[in-house]
Amino acid sequence: MSGLSISRRGLLAGISAAGATAALSACGAKTGSDTSSGSAAKADTSGSTVKVGLLNSLSGTMAISEVTVHNSLLLAIKEINASGGVLGKKLKPISQDGASDWPTFAEKAEALITDDKVAATFGCWTSASRKAVKPVFERYKSLLFYPVQYEGLEESPYIFYIGATTNQQIVPALDYLKKQGLTKLYLVGSDYVFPRTANKIIKAYAKAKGLTVVGEDYAPLGSTEFSTIVNKVKGAGADAVFNTLNGDSNVAFFKEYKSAGLTAKSLPVLSVSIAEEEVKSIGTQYLDGQLTAWNYYETTPGAANKKFVAAYQAAYGKDKPTSDPMEAAYISVYLWKAMVEKAGSFDVAKVKAASDGIVFDAPEGTVTVDGATQHVYKTARIGKVGSDGLIEEVWNSGKPIKPDPYLKGYSWASGLS
Amino acid sequence: MTTTTTTPPSTVTPPSTPLLNRFRVPAGFALGAVLLLGIAPVALSDFRLSLLAKYLCYAIVAVGVSLAWGRGGLMVLGQGVFLGLGGYAMAMHLKLTDAAANGEKLPDFMQLYGSGDALPWWWKPFANPGFALAMTVLLPMAVAAVLGFLVFRRRVKGAYFAILSQALAAALSIWLVGQQATTGGTNGLTDIQGFFGYSLDDPVNQRMVYFVIAAVLLLLMALARQLFVSRYGELLVAVRDSEERVRFLGYNPANIKLVAYVVAAGMAGLAGALFVPAVGIISPALIGIVPSIGFVIGAAVGGRASLVGAVLGAVAVAWAQSTLSDEFPAAWTYLQGLLFVLAVGFLPGGLASLGVVLRRRRTRTGTPATGETA
Repeated sequence: MSGLSISRRGLLAGISAAGATAALSACGAKTGSDTSSGSAAKADTSGSTVKVGLLNSLSGTMAISEVTVHNSLLLAIKEINASGGVLGKKLKPISQDGASDWPTFAEKAEALITDDKVAATFGCWTSASRKAVKPVFERYKSLLFYPVQYEGLEESPYIFYIGATTNQQIVPALDYLKKQGLTKLYLVGSDYVFPRTANKIIKAYAKAKGLTVVGEDYAPLGSTEFSTIVNKVKGAGADAVFNTLNGDSNVAFFKEYKSAGLTAKSLPVLSVSIAEEEVKSIGTQYLDGQLTAWNYYETTPGAANKKFVAAYQAAYGKDKPTSDPMEAAYISVYLWKAMVEKAGSFDVAKVKAASDGIVFDAPEGTVTVDGATQHVYKTARIGKVGSDGLIEEVWNSGKPIKPDPYLKGYSWASGLS
Repeated sequence: MTTTTTTPPSTVTPPSTPLLNRFRVPAGFALGAVLLLGIAPVALSDFRLSLLAKYLCYAIVAVGVSLAWGRGGLMVLGQGVFLGLGGYAMAMHLKLTDAAANGEKLPDFMQLYGSGDALPWWWKPFANPGFALAMTVLLPMAVAAVLGFLVFRRRVKGAYFAILSQALAAALSIWLVGQQATTGGTNGLTDIQGFFGYSLDDPVNQRMVYFVIAAVLLLLMALARQLFVSRYGELLVAVRDSEERVRFLGYNPANIKLVAYVVAAGMAGLAGALFVPAVGIISPALIGIVPSIGFVIGAAVGGRASLVGAVLGAVAVAWAQSTLSDEFPAAWTYLQGLLFVLAVGFLPGGLASLGVVLRRRRTRTGTPATGETA
């Protein structure tokens, strides 16, 4: 035994010595020094095909939503390939599963950029997954197209935000409620970044524009126990409920809401995370007449949307609805194609430089890329859930709204960021 | 939950010649060191190496699991808590130095979601690197000490202990999500740029982080082995196998278990602290119930009572998860569960005991005359 322990000690010394030499032998860049050298990953665009990354949760809690986005991305890629590809090269989609887990998203993003050498990546849904991959795309100077409405207050030079920022969804929704004379709001949301930030903006708006927030409640993500919250809502004397709940929680909330005797007539709910897909899973009978705020509905008029809905249903099934994030994902591939073709190159810096002013006739109406913020001009649309499960538009902003992620153009929002 | 009473076959001293036995362990360590510090950095790309760095962090947790569960019979299903505490302690320090390097008073997320412009009081001491580093290990150990003291005193065991550690994991992750202004909420602490003055954007520094992690893993394995073969290690196994007998011999099983639990927590904390520079993120998603179970699965599959088995199991399961979840995203979770059930149910010693089990079966069927004459 004693011989063993001696050799073990020697070994320990050896290991620590090895560690120390390794630590001394190489010293990389210090923080603050210019790190732009070297680490940028080169996309491989030499062959007859160009790889693009699709980064969605194909498993886990977010899969139910993100798979529909994944399908829309594949549809857009298929259509583009059928019409000759981009700069004469066919697109080859590489799918990676984010598994509804934020560090996994970061890992898969790195795999797409460094292993597959993709020209651009499309995907992410939750803010947490976007925040997790943001440093990866910035480190490798690679592009991400993010297709979901979000809480704003972000501008990464390597992300294009194709979903709405707050001044294209939440602010118009508040304008609409105010115009309807609904001035006392009750805020209900899931406990994560988007609802908390959205509600901060709502409270700032309310303070400046004479609305009152009569209550604010958060439920853990995935929570299905809403009797307390609904009782509080019922007794608070509100005119409307502003709902930022996400996922399954909506099912429980609206069931409880209906059984408490509340209806769209007596106390309307405006939701910002319920689209056609969710209406189906919650049950139309619980949502009949309730309000939603988005930039696209399956019923949005126009030839571009007719074509998109028909193509999606032909590919994935007659009864499949299309929704706002799906549409944003679909157009994100087309917008990237337009940028690449305008730049005449897949080079990230050139694509970014070419992005400003790209106009696309999208299913949601005309969208224009704002190069300064890397967001897009979008038309805000308030909709009402019909008894057939589809959402009919009741109001729109008339023209596309200029994206303003930091709400700089709104004096009441000056204290927010 | 009956697993706490099963006895994995001991892999420390299989019958062999004394000379071979004497050099087996040091040779194994040397081989591990050569593989991790010499061959892997040369053979793997920057990206693969950063993945391995992440897996090795899980392996460090598995060293602790091997000690507490494999040797001590404590079903530690809440190691995410300790990994999280260590990770957050480290990430808080790095966020503060990042902010200072950019000439800002507050970390970026606080400027976005915070309601004031003052740093919360409990963030302040983490600006000191010494304090933050100490906290990555001491904070998890302190939490484990308090919990363990209360629990083992009252002779809470088996499934009840497992449920308690799960509840703690759930509670901590829910609390972190709720404190968005000071903890980053669901997003966690992300976008970490520097590691004690070195930019993490630089691949050279990423490799350095890998070397640090690999060295820490080897050191902790050496430490754990020392514990395994010490008097204390014998006592721990004795407590696992028959707590009452140890009590009658005049020892206090509660204290023996407490030490294993606290040391395992410290190791998980250190793993969390190293996870942050390796992956660049720490979030409540790493702390909850599911990841906590994940930490245990690797050790169970590899062989929880065997140090090498637990470490290799943790790396293998993490690697399989990365690779297989792309090919079969929906099926991976089921496969993981199945592996756990099979390992615990049919091979309690994990893959590390496969050789022993097979050898025993062969001697039983091959040469029935030896030994087993009733």
